[in-house]
Amino acid sequence: MAARNWIFAVAVAVAVFLSLSTFSSAQDLQIVNAERRIDLSSHIVKAFLTLKVENIGKDPAADMLLAFPPTQIKNLAMVQALAVMGKKKKKTYLPLDVKPTEQPDAPNDAGYFLVSFATPLGPGETVTLEVLYILTHSLEPFPVEITQSESQLVYYHDSAVVLSPYHVKQQTTFFKTPSTRVESFTSVEPANRAGKEIKYGPYEDRAPYSYAPVIVHFENNSPFAVVEELVREIEISHWGSLQITENYRLTHGGARHKGVFSRVEYQSRRSITGSSSFNALLAVLPPRVNSVYYRDDIGNISTSHLRTGFKKSELEFEPRYPLFGGWRATFVIGYRVPLEDYLFEAPDGRRYLNFTFGCPLVETIVNKLTLKVVLPEGSKDPSAVLPFTVNQDLQVKYSYLDIVGRTVVVLQKDNVVPTHNVPFQVYYTFKPIYMLAEPLMLVSAFFFVFVTSLAYVHIDLNIVKK
Amino acid sequence: MGAKKASPDLLNSSFSFKSLKLKTKQQELLLRVSILGLVYVLAFIARLFSVLRYESMIHEFDPYFNYRTTLYLTEKGFYEFWNWFDSESWYPLGRIIGGTLYPGLMVTAALIYWTLRFLRFFVHIREVCVLTAPFFASNTTIVAYFFGKEIWDTGAGLVAAALIAICPGYISRSVAGSYDNEAVAIFALLLTFYLFVKAVKTGSLSWALGSAFGYFYMVSAWGGYVFIINLVPLYVLVLLITGRYSMRLYVAYNCMYILGMLLAMQIRFVGFQHVQSGEHMGAMGVFLLMQVFYFLDWVKYQLNDTKLFQTFLRITVTSAILVGGIALGVGTASGYISPWTGRFYSLLDPTYAKDHIPIIASVSEHQPTAWSSFMFDYHILLFLFPAGLYFCFKRLSDATIFIVMYGLTSLYFAGVMVRLILVATPAVCLISAIAVSATVKNLTSLLRTKQKVPQTGSTKGVGSSKSSSKVTLDQSQPFQKNGAIALLVGVFYLLSRYAIHCTWVTSEAYSSPSIVLAARGAHGNRIIFDDYREAYYWLRQNTPTDAKVMSWWDYGYQITAMGNRTVIVDNNTWNNTHIATVGRAMSSYEDEAYDIMRSLDVNYVLVVFGGVTGYSSDDINKFLWMVRIGGGVYPVIKEPDYLVNGEFRVDKGASPKMLNCLMYKLCYYRFGELVTEYGKPTGYDRARGVEIGNKDIKLEHLEEAYTTSNWIVRIYRVKPPTNRL
Repeated sequence: MAARNWIFAVAVAVAVFLSLSTFSSAQDLQIVNAERRIDLSSHIVKAFLTLKVENIGKDPAADMLLAFPPTQIKNLAMVQALAVMGKKKKKTYLPLDVKPTEQPDAPNDAGYFLVSFATPLGPGETVTLEVLYILTHSLEPFPVEITQSESQLVYYHDSAVVLSPYHVKQQTTFFKTPSTRVESFTSVEPANRAGKEIKYGPYEDRAPYSYAPVIVHFENNSPFAVVEELVREIEISHWGSLQITENYRLTHGGARHKGVFSRVEYQSRRSITGSSSFNALLAVLPPRVNSVYYRDDIGNISTSHLRTGFKKSELEFEPRYPLFGGWRATFVIGYRVPLEDYLFEAPDGRRYLNFTFGCPLVETIVNKLTLKVVLPEGSKDPSAVLPFTVNQDLQVKYSYLDIVGRTVVVLQKDNVVPTHNVPFQVYYTFKPIYMLAEPLMLVSAFFFVFVTSLAYVHIDLNIVKK
Repeated sequence: MGAKKASPDLLNSSFSFKSLKLKTKQQELLLRVSILGLVYVLAFIARLFSVLRYESMIHEFDPYFNYRTTLYLTEKGFYEFWNWFDSESWYPLGRIIGGTLYPGLMVTAALIYWTLRFLRFFVHIREVCVLTAPFFASNTTIVAYFFGKEIWDTGAGLVAAALIAICPGYISRSVAGSYDNEAVAIFALLLTFYLFVKAVKTGSLSWALGSAFGYFYMVSAWGGYVFIINLVPLYVLVLLITGRYSMRLYVAYNCMYILGMLLAMQIRFVGFQHVQSGEHMGAMGVFLLMQVFYFLDWVKYQLNDTKLFQTFLRITVTSAILVGGIALGVGTASGYISPWTGRFYSLLDPTYAKDHIPIIASVSEHQPTAWSSFMFDYHILLFLFPAGLYFCFKRLSDATIFIVMYGLTSLYFAGVMVRLILVATPAVCLISAIAVSATVKNLTSLLRTKQKVPQTGSTKGVGSSKSSSKVTLDQSQPFQKNGAIALLVGVFYLLSRYAIHCTWVTSEAYSSPSIVLAARGAHGNRIIFDDYREAYYWLRQNTPTDAKVMSWWDYGYQITAMGNRTVIVDNNTWNNTHIATVGRAMSSYEDEAYDIMRSLDVNYVLVVFGGVTGYSSDDINKFLWMVRIGGGVYPVIKEPDYLVNGEFRVDKGASPKMLNCLMYKLCYYRFGELVTEYGKPTGYDRARGVEIGNKDIKLEHLEEAYTTSNWIVRIYRVKPPTNRL
């Protein structure tokens, strides 16, 4: 409740304050048409925003701002923007550079992203942008606790109009709910609901920083699979394989389960009980994966199936017990893939690993992802190349027969969604001679043992001569 | 023998070949070492069935405690481990771990783990724990070889090593994953015995010292050390009586006893028991007797007068016995010397536990052994054993007397308690090995001398010890040759049957982890019931970290190790009253049980139920023991209340108290709605094959918190008391 009041306060403050404030660059652009489609069908909220932007100033504009209310900015997992080029049939999309930015006079802690146009927008020109942004942890279960037989209802808070530092001439917002069961939604005329869709708008001529808070209360029984922490370790062996170990701490992020868990009802009346719970998960693994295991602290978990394919492999697995709201499960998935698919030699002689970032589980949010790339012993000058910013660190790990330890490139990112599953590269230099170090060590150890026993047999250690 | 006949031109042509050629003695050594090597490997891999069939995991109940403590030791270090007060078990009493366990196993595993880490093998401690038992089984075979060599000859040693490597009686306690004290204790036991026999044989202080250290290791590893501290004095006593007293024996026993005792006192769990407990008094008595003997010997040497000595002897012996008796009497009366424990009594008198201590009698491995399990665990050794005894008596020495005594006493104990078959196994294997080796040796020497007689015409090539057999051989040649061949074939047939039997038993009976249950499905496919771990992991992840779980004591160790939650009672059954309280709660009506559970601060109750899957070792089948143990302390619980005409039933004909007690309610809650088997009414209990008697169970103070997918484990939450406002 506090949050909602606060949003109202924001809205009022924004309205008063914004009519006075002036933005040097903001005033030069205006949004001719904005269409926003917000997909609420899973617990990852995806918003598709189509903006038609016009430069009404005198100077060419090189970039524009996207604004987000502070409640969303902390849950914002990703913002992507594409410029639509060409006319209807020959549309091509050009990815644009988007980066978070600070505005000194941002009203009420609004957050900003700066979208750089491919070519500066000349006066009077228009451009169409497709913006995708993804929000996590934005569906708030209400009631907070449900029993086994109840369905899960959630709130979604947003604004009926697009928060923008620019004047918006015309705009519409659509909310897509997973089922037709919608308990309530805030009415901001014109607003109506048809089936699984709620439409707000069209609204004409809204001033910059207009805000009209709305709440949608609806049923959402999709699996709220939240990985609180995921540690992925990729160990490179130049002897021919990559060993990947993934430590999951999974929880059901939806409405908390209260009261009894009845096995009778769960197994005999499956369709109406525990509808918000889930007991199966799907992980998309690379093709040609082998030696897959699935276990936890106390041993192997036998409920998993692996389907391998040319494009991808799918691991379907079940935690030991179905997950109800608030229940947790930790487990480890490990697998091996052939090295030649992922390790290449760069033209400058360095080697690089090309692997997929993110979490292999389908439709899950990862609150904290730590990705460790364990380079072979003797590797030097590691550097990681990623399409987005992450925290980077270097560690040393000791594995079998290591003496100096292996360099570990640690990449750490919060709030990761499936859209982050994009390739990244880690470059390093490595001399193949190091590959022989460990076998030679073993050979010499055995040699030493044999020589000692040989010597022992031949040397007489007796003090007294026989 | 082939190398002996290498052609001379080949020898001339290459020098290196000549230098590589082995003498017969070297060949024999090579053969022996490679056989031992193979036996070593065999002993290890024969125990890996469960790892291959299931996974690398800890089995059964007690090993989970050992695993948990080992984990703690490797994480926190030795001092933390030694001073560990475990508040997670025996709530609200807690348990001082360092003072109530035998640390040998944990320290061994931790040392192996640290060594491997030092050598840069970064294995998980679980793998070390799982493979500790097979590793020590392999080591035991080596000790068995040396022991056999000591009491008979190298041939017997080799056979003993091979027999013990696959003997089911030993495998039952040492498969991969059965990370229990016995895993290292049998090694320590045999090592101590071997070193002691060696010490007696040589009279060397160093072997006696080794034996004392072996004893120390045994004391640190297993409570079965009491067997050593009673068998060794008994053996010494027998030697004294049979007139085999010697300086060698004096040195060996005194060194072993004094040093062993001092070392054993360093184990906190054992403490001063060596001087204070009735079970250890025999050893001390024999020690004093030795001194008297030595003293008498000296006096006899000094006196040179037989008559005077006789008088002196009488006085000394009488006064020594008198003083000893008075000391023992005073010690016992004043409570300084504790009387024998229940377990010790029940060993000497098999009916003792049944009448006096239900908690000991309730454990299946404490039951008297059935004949079939002797056959199952020993197979041909069972009748090779008497044959071996015959050979031992024929060639009586200090060493063979020892093995005979070890064999006979341990076999008696094996008959009293099933689990002690394990202790008897090395002796049975060694004595049987003597039988096999001696027989085969006699037979082959018969065959060989017969071949050689017509060729060389002399009998010098054969060992001097076989001269007697040669005489008989010369008398009836053709018959004996065929007979020997037939007997040899027979021996090899028996031995191969033994190998087949052992493999079969290991694979079928002793390699299931018991925490994961496997069954055959309708199409012959394997179905896994992993309900235990499902429940324990649920507890671990989804209950408050300070939750207290009440269950029957069997599951205590597993709940603390895998569920990481506090339990009321566990497998370390040191407090009978506490267990009886749990037994009483389980067998009372719900509201009475609720008061008990409130007083014990219980949050969750866990029961094991096999009615859906037909799993028979569940809590309903154990229930009468809960009643007996509960009734033993709280007379309100009476066994006849739960029986109908002396019969234990759960169907409509069951007694009303049974149908409404907490255990019944928790097991069968909402079970009446379920169809378990096609063509049977709802609520059909597959474990007992009956339709349950009370299908309409209402719970007032508890609620179902979780039930596993096959209903094997059911967890209930104890509701907080209702608000009285």
